[in-house]
Amino acid sequence: MTSFILRRAASGLLLLLVISALSYVLLSVPNADVGRQLLGPHASQELVDARNSDLGLDQPVAVRYLDWLSSALRGDLGTSWFTNADVAQAIANRLPVTLSLMVGVTVVTAAASFVLGVWAGVRRGAADRAVQVLGVVGYALPGFLVTLVIVLVFAVQLRWFPAIGYVPLSESFGGWLSTVTLPILSLSVAAVAGVSQQVRSSVIEVMGRDYVRTLRARGLSTSRVVFRHVLRNAATPALTVLGMQFVGLLGGAVLVEQIFGLPGIGAMTVQYTTRGDVPVIMGLVMMTVVVVIVINLLVDILVGWLNPRARTS
Amino acid sequence: MSASVTAATAPRRPGTARRFLTNPQAVLSLLVLLVITGLVVFAPLATQHSSTASELSDAFGPPGGGHLLGFDSAGRDVWARLLYGGRNTLGGAVLAVAVALVVGVPAGLAAGYHGGWFDSLASWWVNLVMALPAMVVLLASRAVLGPSVWVLMVVLGVLVAPSFFRLVRGAVAGMRGEPYVDAARVFGLRDSRIIARHVLVVVRAPVIIQVALVAGMAIGLQAGLEFLGIGSGSLPTWGAMLNEAFTNVHRAPLLMLWPGLALGATSAALVLLASALRDVLEDRGTGPVAGRRARRSAAESTAAREDVGERAGLLSVRDLTVAYTLADGTSREVVSGVDLDVHRGEVLGLVGQSGSGKTQTAFSVLGLLPPGGRVSRGSVLLNGTEAVGASERHMRGLRGDTVAYVPQEPMSNLDPAFTVGDHLTEPLRTKLGLSRAQARERALELLRQVEIPDPARVMASHPHQISGGMAQRVLIAGAVSCDPDLLIADEPTTALDVTVQAEVLALLRRLQAQRGMGVLLVTHNLGVVADLCDRVAVMREGVIVEVGATADLLTDPRDPYTRELLDAVLDDAPARAPWRPREVGAL
Amino acid sequence: MTGTSHGGRLRAALPPDGTGTTEAHVTERDALLDVRDLRVSFPGRGWRAPRVEVLDGVSLRIRPGETLGLVGESGSGKSTIGRAVLGLVPVAGGTITFDGERVDGASRRRRRALSRDVQVVFQDPYTSLNPSLLIGDTLAEPLLAQGVPAREARGTVADLLDRVALPRDAVHRLPREFSGGQRQRVAIARALAISPRLIVCDEPVSALDLTTQRTVMDLLLDIQERTGVAYLFVSHDLSVVRVMSHRVAVIRHGTIVETGDADTVTREPEHPYTRRLLLSAPVADPDRQRERRTEYERRFHADAS
Repeated sequence: MTSFILRRAASGLLLLLVISALSYVLLSVPNADVGRQLLGPHASQELVDARNSDLGLDQPVAVRYLDWLSSALRGDLGTSWFTNADVAQAIANRLPVTLSLMVGVTVVTAAASFVLGVWAGVRRGAADRAVQVLGVVGYALPGFLVTLVIVLVFAVQLRWFPAIGYVPLSESFGGWLSTVTLPILSLSVAAVAGVSQQVRSSVIEVMGRDYVRTLRARGLSTSRVVFRHVLRNAATPALTVLGMQFVGLLGGAVLVEQIFGLPGIGAMTVQYTTRGDVPVIMGLVMMTVVVVIVINLLVDILVGWLNPRARTS
Repeated sequence: MSASVTAATAPRRPGTARRFLTNPQAVLSLLVLLVITGLVVFAPLATQHSSTASELSDAFGPPGGGHLLGFDSAGRDVWARLLYGGRNTLGGAVLAVAVALVVGVPAGLAAGYHGGWFDSLASWWVNLVMALPAMVVLLASRAVLGPSVWVLMVVLGVLVAPSFFRLVRGAVAGMRGEPYVDAARVFGLRDSRIIARHVLVVVRAPVIIQVALVAGMAIGLQAGLEFLGIGSGSLPTWGAMLNEAFTNVHRAPLLMLWPGLALGATSAALVLLASALRDVLEDRGTGPVAGRRARRSAAESTAAREDVGERAGLLSVRDLTVAYTLADGTSREVVSGVDLDVHRGEVLGLVGQSGSGKTQTAFSVLGLLPPGGRVSRGSVLLNGTEAVGASERHMRGLRGDTVAYVPQEPMSNLDPAFTVGDHLTEPLRTKLGLSRAQARERALELLRQVEIPDPARVMASHPHQISGGMAQRVLIAGAVSCDPDLLIADEPTTALDVTVQAEVLALLRRLQAQRGMGVLLVTHNLGVVADLCDRVAVMREGVIVEVGATADLLTDPRDPYTRELLDAVLDDAPARAPWRPREVGAL
Repeated sequence: MTGTSHGGRLRAALPPDGTGTTEAHVTERDALLDVRDLRVSFPGRGWRAPRVEVLDGVSLRIRPGETLGLVGESGSGKSTIGRAVLGLVPVAGGTITFDGERVDGASRRRRRALSRDVQVVFQDPYTSLNPSLLIGDTLAEPLLAQGVPAREARGTVADLLDRVALPRDAVHRLPREFSGGQRQRVAIARALAISPRLIVCDEPVSALDLTTQRTVMDLLLDIQERTGVAYLFVSHDLSVVRVMSHRVAVIRHGTIVETGDADTVTREPEHPYTRRLLLSAPVADPDRQRERRTEYERRFHADAS
């Protein structure tokens, strides 16, 4: 098990390295004249050149990348071209908002999906059809459209929750809860739709396996077979989907944070990508990849723990 | 293929087009898509107004005067913007899907068919791309490539290409090992031809379905980008319209309705179409042919009979009838009026060919028929108590210590997530209430009884770490763990090699003798019957045709079907004579 | 051999006087297929795992019109021999000669030409036919691969169906509309399409019910009698091999342990493994089975209590 985790972690680090190099090179291509962009069309060429050399843009890309990499390894992601803000600090300030959103959505999704999926898969019949309809509807509607409808209904019409704004958890739990409820709800619709379908179909598949009949033939109760054996085997594909949903939330958060005016990573991404602030974009991409790798590692560990065969492959 | 010359005797299955047209969900969602696409493509015919002409005095103006849906915040015609905006939204989705297909399908074909380094490389790349959130990558590429929707849609196409790649690669790699592909290679078909004939047929349906899903996703993502205001600012799109409407949501909430409706209807229609296509294209037809025969014989069976002979004390089955409900609502009898008796300490063989209903009979005794199946008539007495219609709770009490089960396929009957030890101790603890230590001690003893060397090591193994013969011994140990009176063994040696079979048969015989168990042995192998059984019942198409003592039945069969089975046995068929060169002109 | 009555076909396949060449040794000149010292290995599981030897120096010969039965248990490598002859697995060592010409490592082009002479029938009639191709298309496949015009192929397909006793309208149907035995007839018809001289039969009757198994065996014997095709007949079932084969080779762990005339190998085998195989399979006669069981336990369980 330990060597399995180490192998996965090593391949994650390799991935991080490859993506960082790739992104750095790609992002450097169109930024030949950042100094001009920063200083405006009326600045003198000397000033522009000086600025470019300040930013290190007169160096070859490979040198710049190695520079960036060595500082990044020390936790320094550089400073924004436009605001001079420290990138690592800026991300650290905003990460808790997005992470709390993502964790909230994942908890809601995991709970709701397992309840719905097991219910549909074991009971079949009407319960099954209801979950399937939910799945199609949740999948069919673009996420931000769902978000808009939720805003219109719960914030604009019913006024149960604020339409916009954020209260940090450290200030007030109630305030935090009221500001994140609608964003979490919005993001959960599609996630629950996707994951509950997966849970349902794996439960149905596992229920049909030979060993389930054999276990029941030993005199074990149906509920014991379902919760001990079926769920454990059905959880593997469901966890994989849940992991992918979690990563997808980083994208979903972009829209949801924008709509609800939350000061998270998503809103930051929109803000800096439109300006082409390369150090910040690099930092955001790296943070995303780290989140992806950590999540995948967690999923792998969970799956390996649940399913001994996965460890060897 | 050639035109039909001879009329098929069996009813032909309805064609794909026919099945599509009779599926309301498919027709309806396609119709919605066609209407939307038609309106968007022929926008100039549907409105004379410009999508960009803006008259500030008309801002938020109501419908009227040829302006079907009124005006937006900048005084532009909403209907015209909806139609022309659709061109950009749908066009972008088409572009993304096209790019995804062009990149994903050929790469998937190549990787799946040839494997090797290209497969490893492509799969690694795909895992990498799939791990990244599309929205973040799109935003980052926008910073690099500039704010053109079309360029972003190409990027999106590349981002979703992995879903086609995985689909195609999986299907192709799965069929690469299939004998029919090997056969095609033996016939000398070129790779390109094998791909065209065999591979594309297999991936066609899933790819079409995926196209609909990906199109829906592309529309959603693209609209999302536009909504954020980071698409091509000036062009009208549904996402941009939603954005403008959202900023004025308090003043004119209706403005959100139209683009939202267009977007929702298009994506919903695409996803519904995909799920309908799945039903239509992946139709795998009706069940096996054997069922139809069974139904015919069912019609001949008589109504419920009463007291047929004395009933055995251990297991007594009378007039057992098992029916399955089919998809079309009709039901089909697979077992029709079966009578069986197993006395204490007796081994009864239940013999028949595949589809004869012997396994269904065994499952009915256990009360474990698969979903859709039910005992529609008859009685099953286990130790004198009625099992047909008994509660699940009552049956659970019987299973394990009154009646136990040994399955056919050893590997698929062990839960891969648990160790051999878990499999053995769990029933001991729940059924017999043993402590953890007691259960472990008993499990080790059981493994010794089924002649497993090094029981402690096997206890800690997972099912995939032991051999098939070993797994079957574990299953037998599990079956006898709670001292059952009756053992139901369903083809217990069929999946095993013949030398392993001999060992397992010897084990079953010894355990049966030691414990005095009754055994209902389901098999198709008359040699196994001769080896193990006291009496035999021969089953055909859901009906028992003959019962008798093993020696009598095998040497002097009464029923013509039993004779037919015995004649097919090759035990005494003479060996073929040695080869001789063919005489010239022997043809 | 006690004389219980059995269906006539199998008997008819025997020459009337029951004589013939009795010597197991086949000369090189006689051989249609000559496999010498064949070695096949597969990559081991996991990184840098050693290769697994599947065949460890196998030699066998088949004469025109002859059936060589190849019997062994799962994992013995028996199917791999057939697959190597067909060019479906790479050969690590040794030679395969067909009709005097080396065919191991043949190019794809050469393979195509060779496929006119060497064909295959696989075990599982459910997977050896593409489920989404009509029977007619499946049967026409080898013909089209050999460049036979479509019109001509259609006529041949109808003939083929006649030869394996299937209705001609089968061409318009899908494999799933047929039973296992019928599908295996389709697979046999496909192998016959271009009149091969050797057919590799990889467990062709193992997935079939007892009575169906018998009719498919009869069909194969009948075809051999009429066309003079040779069979490499791979099976795990000694009794099937005995009826089908002129000579029998027994394989274990990638090595042939015994070869000889069918009657000798399946009645009085020399090698202990063959004896064990023979005694392991129970016979459908309680009294004789009891004797065999006793003998089995005496021979192989002397140490067991």
